[in-house]
Amino acid sequence: MHDLIIIGAGPAGITASVYAARKAMDFLVLTGDIGGQTAWSGDIENYTGYQFITGPDLVGKFEEHMLSYNTSVKEGEEVIAVDRAGEAIVVKTHKSSYQAKAVIVASGKRSKELNVPGEKEFKNKGISYCATCDGPLFSAKNVAVIGGGNSALDAALQLMKIAKYTYIINNTPQLGGEALMRQKIEQARNVEILNNSEVTAVLGARMVQSVKINQGGAEKILSVEGVFVEVGLIPNSDFVQGVEKNSRGEIKVNSRNETSIPGLFAAGDVTDVPEKQIIIAAGEGSKACLSAFRYAAQH
Amino acid sequence: MAKNVKIYSTPTCPWCIRVKQFFKDNNIAFEDYDVSTDPVKADEMVKKSGQMGVPVLDIEGEIIVGFDREKIKQSLGI
Repeated sequence: MHDLIIIGAGPAGITASVYAARKAMDFLVLTGDIGGQTAWSGDIENYTGYQFITGPDLVGKFEEHMLSYNTSVKEGEEVIAVDRAGEAIVVKTHKSSYQAKAVIVASGKRSKELNVPGEKEFKNKGISYCATCDGPLFSAKNVAVIGGGNSALDAALQLMKIAKYTYIINNTPQLGGEALMRQKIEQARNVEILNNSEVTAVLGARMVQSVKINQGGAEKILSVEGVFVEVGLIPNSDFVQGVEKNSRGEIKVNSRNETSIPGLFAAGDVTDVPEKQIIIAAGEGSKACLSAFRYAAQH
Repeated sequence: MAKNVKIYSTPTCPWCIRVKQFFKDNNIAFEDYDVSTDPVKADEMVKKSGQMGVPVLDIEGEIIVGFDREKIKQSLGI
């Protein structure tokens, strides 16, 4: 039985792993990918110590730090269940089963889908959930970003450098997100913000050709070849049954990152911690590990 | 004999970085096409895979979309 299993290797999970290694715990990291949402971020200008760094570069630094301790990381191993069984917590993956005294869930969030006609059909055929990855393929084309929060602004900031024209389709009266990001977008000549607007369908033949929107009751067709969906996130918490969650499905934690199940801790965006930021997730990861260390030492 | 491997990628896509690292870790040579700066290769990628997501791998004519570890291993026989 291990002292600790960390589920997820985003900022929270990786930071927890650094603390676990420095406490000489017997632990392993189970994760689908490295970096979580940070890997998909564009420009990061609010992580202390870096005035500017890209998401993939910051993830590179995180990963290097994690692996400098020879940490056992099982990448591509998807967790399907976490349950308490007597003194141990059992973590089942699609490949194997592991036991530990303590577990930290740091599995983050994933992109929400639009749920409109054409979305499934044109996925990767013009519809993308990652401007950082697929944006460069839309050079000199018209694109639409769906959403109005920070991640939509981030996508628009990346796309306006590449695409010919970028529409932002936002279903609220005005854009949300950071004021500095908004200013950059509002000053761009090749970006048009459509507030109070909803996408009702994605249209095309082999690839996306347009989107149908409803702008305050009026129907419009925008000719675009790329559609970047940034309508929010849902927590990856389905595999933890029996733990207390809020109405959004986020795992409830107290200030020590304890959940309603003894020995089960959680950190980062998968939890109900206010504000979802890389630096907050990293801090929460360190707190969760210190709590888990104390718990494992006593059990 | 080593298989002919082509990877169509963008410099900013995390899965592209990881798939290339996977080939490097396994000492398998590949040709890397940056579709963000090479429109001819970008077109070729879309035609071959019928879609626009990266990365796309062409392993001796077998097209794999995304970092699908199992499929890649099977295709390479490793």
